[in-house]
Amino acid sequence: MTRGIVSIAGYVPYRRLQRSEVAKVFGSGGGKGTRSVASHDEDTTTMGVEAARLALRAAPAAAPGAIWFATATPAYLDKTNATTIHAALRLPGDVAAFDFGGALRSGPGALRTALVSAGSGTTLVVVSDLRDGLPTSADESAGGDAAAAVVVGDDGPGTPVIAEYLGGASLSDEFLDRWRTAGDRRSRTWEERFGETRYVPLGTDAWQAGLKAAGITADDVDHVVVTGMHGRAAKALGRKLGVRDGVLADDLATSVGQTGTAHVGLVLASMLEQASPGQIVAVVSLADGADVLVLRTTPALADWAPADPVAAQVAAAVDLPYGKFLSWRGMVTLEPPRRPEPQRVSSSAAWRNEEWKFGFVGSKDRSSGAVHLPPSRVSMTGGAVDDMEPIDRADAEATIATYTIDRLAFSPSPPIVFAILDFDGGGRFPVELTDVDPDTVDIGQKVTMTFRKLFTADGIHDYFYKAKPVRMPGAPDSTTDTAD
Amino acid sequence: MASHGIKDRVAIVGMGCTRFAEHFDKSLDDLIIDAAEETFASAGVTKDEVDAYWFGTAQSGMSGITLARPLQLEGKPVTRVENYCTTGSEALRAAAYAVASGAYDVAMALGAEKVKDSGYQGLNAFPIPNDGTARTLTAAAMFSMVAPAYGKKYGVSEDELTEVLARISWKNHQNGARNPRAQFRKEVSTETICASPRVAGRLGVFDCAGVADGAAAAIVVRAEDAHKYTDKPIYIKALSFAAGSGSGLIDPEYDYTWFPECAMAAQDAYAQAGITDPRHELAMAEVHDCFTPTELVLMEDLGFAPRGTAWKEVLAGTFDRTGPLPINPDGGLKSFGHPVGASGLRMFFETWLQLRGEATPERQIDTDKTLALTHNLGGYPGEMVSFVSVVGTELG
Repeated sequence: MTRGIVSIAGYVPYRRLQRSEVAKVFGSGGGKGTRSVASHDEDTTTMGVEAARLALRAAPAAAPGAIWFATATPAYLDKTNATTIHAALRLPGDVAAFDFGGALRSGPGALRTALVSAGSGTTLVVVSDLRDGLPTSADESAGGDAAAAVVVGDDGPGTPVIAEYLGGASLSDEFLDRWRTAGDRRSRTWEERFGETRYVPLGTDAWQAGLKAAGITADDVDHVVVTGMHGRAAKALGRKLGVRDGVLADDLATSVGQTGTAHVGLVLASMLEQASPGQIVAVVSLADGADVLVLRTTPALADWAPADPVAAQVAAAVDLPYGKFLSWRGMVTLEPPRRPEPQRVSSSAAWRNEEWKFGFVGSKDRSSGAVHLPPSRVSMTGGAVDDMEPIDRADAEATIATYTIDRLAFSPSPPIVFAILDFDGGGRFPVELTDVDPDTVDIGQKVTMTFRKLFTADGIHDYFYKAKPVRMPGAPDSTTDTAD
Repeated sequence: MASHGIKDRVAIVGMGCTRFAEHFDKSLDDLIIDAAEETFASAGVTKDEVDAYWFGTAQSGMSGITLARPLQLEGKPVTRVENYCTTGSEALRAAAYAVASGAYDVAMALGAEKVKDSGYQGLNAFPIPNDGTARTLTAAAMFSMVAPAYGKKYGVSEDELTEVLARISWKNHQNGARNPRAQFRKEVSTETICASPRVAGRLGVFDCAGVADGAAAAIVVRAEDAHKYTDKPIYIKALSFAAGSGSGLIDPEYDYTWFPECAMAAQDAYAQAGITDPRHELAMAEVHDCFTPTELVLMEDLGFAPRGTAWKEVLAGTFDRTGPLPINPDGGLKSFGHPVGASGLRMFFETWLQLRGEATPERQIDTDKTLALTHNLGGYPGEMVSFVSVVGTELG
């Protein structure tokens, strides 16, 4: 049975930090290029949801039997984060939702496990990470925030495999190159040279083993990326793979940064979006050993259309001032508005309203057609009671009917931009906008819903939807963020 | 089914009102006692001669005990009332109905709010456990969506709108400056108003009501008993109330240029009072000017100007204290201040002073008309409660 990737998507947040901005403030640090920055209302779970929504949109017939969520920066410990993704995707209750937590290697590990588990049905592997570092550190600049979602399954009608898994290898080794203890905001690293002397031979051996398992040679490879937080080792290994010129693909380090747990999925999505049918695509991940995945694209790739390609997301980005970056990452604390902070969300109320809160599902009056957001038992027109059907609004586009900017309300990043939305296909809802420059908002603008974290109180994250402008790929609404 | 009203069946025979201010040196109890004692004295009654009490507070206390304890009422029926910013009006409505029904001879409505102990700016709602999906906008932001919608619908340019809203703020500060009980007793130039820091949308600090502590109260009796207490009773002509369904927030038809709940309440109040031409029959009106665009739109919802024309009337000075229909001669929420539970009764207090000719000479309105209106709203555009009353000095 052919097993492989049925669909895949990357999610790169809207903001970028120009690495050169760091040295302008502190006199040191930074570097060339940009890194991606998750919005203040995003975490690894919300980014995972967005990636999963994109991957499933490109494979509407896929019905995952399990969600595996891997991150080194989980929003919750103890509590499973995959269940939040499960709820946001409105998957049935009998779909398993598991976290693969903690280590950077849990990303490639989850992906490889899903690929080698032939006959185990369809698994949605979601990898996501937020990479932090102290101001001026190498991690601050080299890191990035992103998520990726990979629908792994057996080839079947309606869900053809677009990239068949040919084989791979995983080598493990216990040595300290990078580590972080629970509660620490930053990772620590050993002297760079030591890691390099471990990773390069491990990667070389794993690469050879992977090619052998796939039954190919390095010459056959058409696209490959070496990923890993040890950038120097990844670069060195890339030169030793023995692939043809031009095969080594963009590892997104210059534009997005190294996104840790997420990166293997992100570069795989990027490569598959650019590959042609019948090509060999491989990825090598260096994290506490080395993992190699080798795939061959199928004819079905030609019919597969990514919902929002990684390249388009990389292009449609807006710069974030360094000060804002530091405050969003909690590295500096800004004076909040003098308003009370929000109260924690009620667990039971959230559970009762799961379809609404996590799925953005309203109700539609069967007789009058009036759409109610949130869902209502009694209609606002005609007086019908308990005669409504659910209506999914999460994927509907909407138009801004009117809007305002609230400079007084509590927000982790004031001001709040707030709009009254009229949805295509029915429904009006007043909601906060995100990923937006307040100066560019306008009546009539098209927006789409995005899953976000509104605030955190008493350790409880309040997940719900906001709206963001619909952007044409490669055409950001402005080149710099002037939000203040 | 009908709204019959209680026209001419109940009279206000005593009122009191504290200054509205940042009373950092006064507790809620102090404010309650000060307003109650002034009102008892005004009507010439003791606390024991009042048969029943309705106490309005939005969030300064719970239950009738919040009133009974500071006043040391023994065994009286004391009820706490809450209905957003219309809380004070609702206390009076309940007291008036109780007297009209014959259940009691004398009833007091007292509204009080202590907002300045929170340590935060603005008003803050008591948090009720919820699923975390409700809006967290300030009232200013919700009301800020009215002005651009109004301007767009009626072709009023941004500059014109700025002038109109500044004029409303200017007028209410003019009025408040002359009122010894107002929170802000300073005239403010339109230049200062326009240059004030933005709070939400185009609304600046001077577009927003003052946040103050305060209390106000009224004693009501049946109309036939009124002259036992005062030579100049104020008769209740209409008490109307409309709660919206909240559907304005989710109904694509709602355009943010009017408040249907207010228009409904006004229509009902005019029917109760037998008013057909409010613009010319009323001596004055106190309206809920929580933000300047609110007052603008209310001029149309209350029938003082045809739709789309109130902005011209504002600029023409129609609603100035010396104009043909003075609006908020006491300074309104804008400069008198807005202690939520007290505001509705504060509005009655101004009609009490003006219709009886007891406002200080420099701010007494010059009119031969005998009717006045109070309008009090709570909530936001699309999700609102609204109260309208008409009171007058003559029976019939």
